[in-house]
Amino acid sequence: MVATKPPPEKKPAIRRFLENLRTTPKQVRDTALRGGKPNTDRTRSTFVFGNVFLHLHPVRTHRWSLKWATTWGLGIASFAAFLITLITGVLLMFYYKPHVEVAYDSIKDIAFVVPTGNFIRNIHRWAANLMVVTVILHMARAFYTAAYRAPREFNWLIGMALLVLTLGLSFTGYLLPWDQLAYWAITIGANIAQSPREVTDALGMTDAFDPGGLQKLLLLGSDTVGEEALIRFYLLHVMILPLALVGVLSVHFWRIRKDGGLVRPKDADQRLGPVAAADYPVFTEAPKKTYQLAAVVRGKSGAVGRGPENTVPSMPHLFYAELAVTMLTIALCVGLAMLSDAPLKELANPQVPENPAKAPWYFLGLQELVAYSAFMGGVGIPAIVLLGLGLIPYLDREKEGTGEWFGGPGGKRLVLQAACVGFASAIAIEWFSIKNGWLREWFPNIKQLWITAVNPGTVLTAIYALYSLWLVKKYDSTRSGALGLFTCFLCGFVVLTVVGTYFRGPNWDFYWSPADWPVH
Amino acid sequence: MTTSDPNKPSRLDPDPVPRRDFLGLASMWAAGTTFLFAAVGSLRLPKAAVLSSPSRKYRVALPDNLPEGAPFVPPGRSVAIFRDKQGVYAISTICTHLGCIVKPSPTGFDCPCHGSKFHPDGTVLKGPAPTALVWRKVTVDGALCIVDEDAKVPPGTKV
Repeated sequence: MVATKPPPEKKPAIRRFLENLRTTPKQVRDTALRGGKPNTDRTRSTFVFGNVFLHLHPVRTHRWSLKWATTWGLGIASFAAFLITLITGVLLMFYYKPHVEVAYDSIKDIAFVVPTGNFIRNIHRWAANLMVVTVILHMARAFYTAAYRAPREFNWLIGMALLVLTLGLSFTGYLLPWDQLAYWAITIGANIAQSPREVTDALGMTDAFDPGGLQKLLLLGSDTVGEEALIRFYLLHVMILPLALVGVLSVHFWRIRKDGGLVRPKDADQRLGPVAAADYPVFTEAPKKTYQLAAVVRGKSGAVGRGPENTVPSMPHLFYAELAVTMLTIALCVGLAMLSDAPLKELANPQVPENPAKAPWYFLGLQELVAYSAFMGGVGIPAIVLLGLGLIPYLDREKEGTGEWFGGPGGKRLVLQAACVGFASAIAIEWFSIKNGWLREWFPNIKQLWITAVNPGTVLTAIYALYSLWLVKKYDSTRSGALGLFTCFLCGFVVLTVVGTYFRGPNWDFYWSPADWPVH
Repeated sequence: MTTSDPNKPSRLDPDPVPRRDFLGLASMWAAGTTFLFAAVGSLRLPKAAVLSSPSRKYRVALPDNLPEGAPFVPPGRSVAIFRDKQGVYAISTICTHLGCIVKPSPTGFDCPCHGSKFHPDGTVLKGPAPTALVWRKVTVDGALCIVDEDAKVPPGTKV
């Protein structure tokens, strides 16, 4: 007798309805995650590539990338700071009014009347400041670990674009409160845009060819800082620059993956040693799929037919690390926001500049340079620095030290030496010019072009450039020159910023302390 | 291992360059040029044709007791007006460096922003200012002066 399986007992519809209702929350969760709970190799993978927000991440991450000392989480911290400014910025837009008559009042409303307004504004300001710091440190990390080398050269350029956009966002946000600080910082900024006139005037060709005037006109929409300028800066700050940054940032992230993940030394696998027993095992199941497309893709193909790489699933290892950095960034911004208020000076007065009129701290190094020559300090030297930074990955095509902190001929010792040279020459030239003045004081009738070409800023740039060339020769390595140049650049930035922040008083004169400022 | 004929182009080799694809190249260049011109052309819109700033030509009465060579800055204006034996003259107080407002001082003019110092006649003594302060056009109209902050006159012009 053949046992026939009895037909499944059909439950009454009302029972099925209740059953379905009971399991609906689980179903919603499973369908939202597409692959279900990330608790196996496979579902951990689908968790990443099945999610539009996460799929820019790799499914598996190399263990080297997860070491703190590889990145210190600086890139993620920059991104987290950007997200914080984005959210707090949108909140501030509920109350801010970009019109000269009411802009200042609306900021005052935010600071004193709007619930949590001051707190949100403080967070916005601190996150923006933090973003500048982390972007610069992130750049230093990428540089010192030689992460810009092939195939990551172009991503270094994209990173530089992000640095410029970050500074642009900070600068445009600075005008919006329409207070004294804002008004005069923007007046100075707009005139820096106009400063190519320093050269065209000296050559007597401004009437025929005036790029400086055009730049200022496009920036301000007028010849003075007024309503047109405010609406333009607002548009740049809340629309054009954030959109541009998001676009460029997407490329930056995408390229990290396409260029093979984070940089690591060749012998990273040996250095890491075997995976700890407690860790999630590497490749518990051999991948069952082959990658047919890999046949026509150039470069490294997918991990087919090769042994398990030293990778762990991005969910949870990478995501938890990213979450930790994000939480730390938020905590830092909130903490700073509670300790210190964003500045708000008196209402903008176009007749009386602040004395001293200081830009935000990250521009004070530049302000120190423009105090020698507007064109060289505001346009010439920044352009030279950007050009130099951009050329680094294309000039240094060496292999030694890739993925190592201070890797390359000379290494840590060279960087220390370069830091000494960088600090010493910047301090020496500042000391000299503060003590003895500069060309105009010695030769009152000197032509302006001489001062534009030879001023403390250009002399310092030349010293740094020559020192780096000497390093290239001494170590017979472009990387050594780059290490010297980048270190000098950082040191110069620090010295100029510190002098501009702490040692400049009324009329941009040198004072040891604000306590010595004359009463006026 | 590939077993295909090495003389035959594989799918990994780039396509041969078409030698006479004039129309194709021309349309690509045309499209590229169009985008370039469109980008430059769309900058024409933000380049304002009419400046919103108010007229900077105005009448002003000098105080009767203004000492010789002492500056008089009309409220809300960025010009210093002087009167001496040769006549009346006006020097712009907008710093030629980065546009801050200079302050008349016993030695001439001082800029608070980046430390430029100027002689009483506007020439640069110290600091980063590339050129002398601009002299503005003044015309005397009875007891009043008409100052035109948009018109430049050679230094030394006194009326």
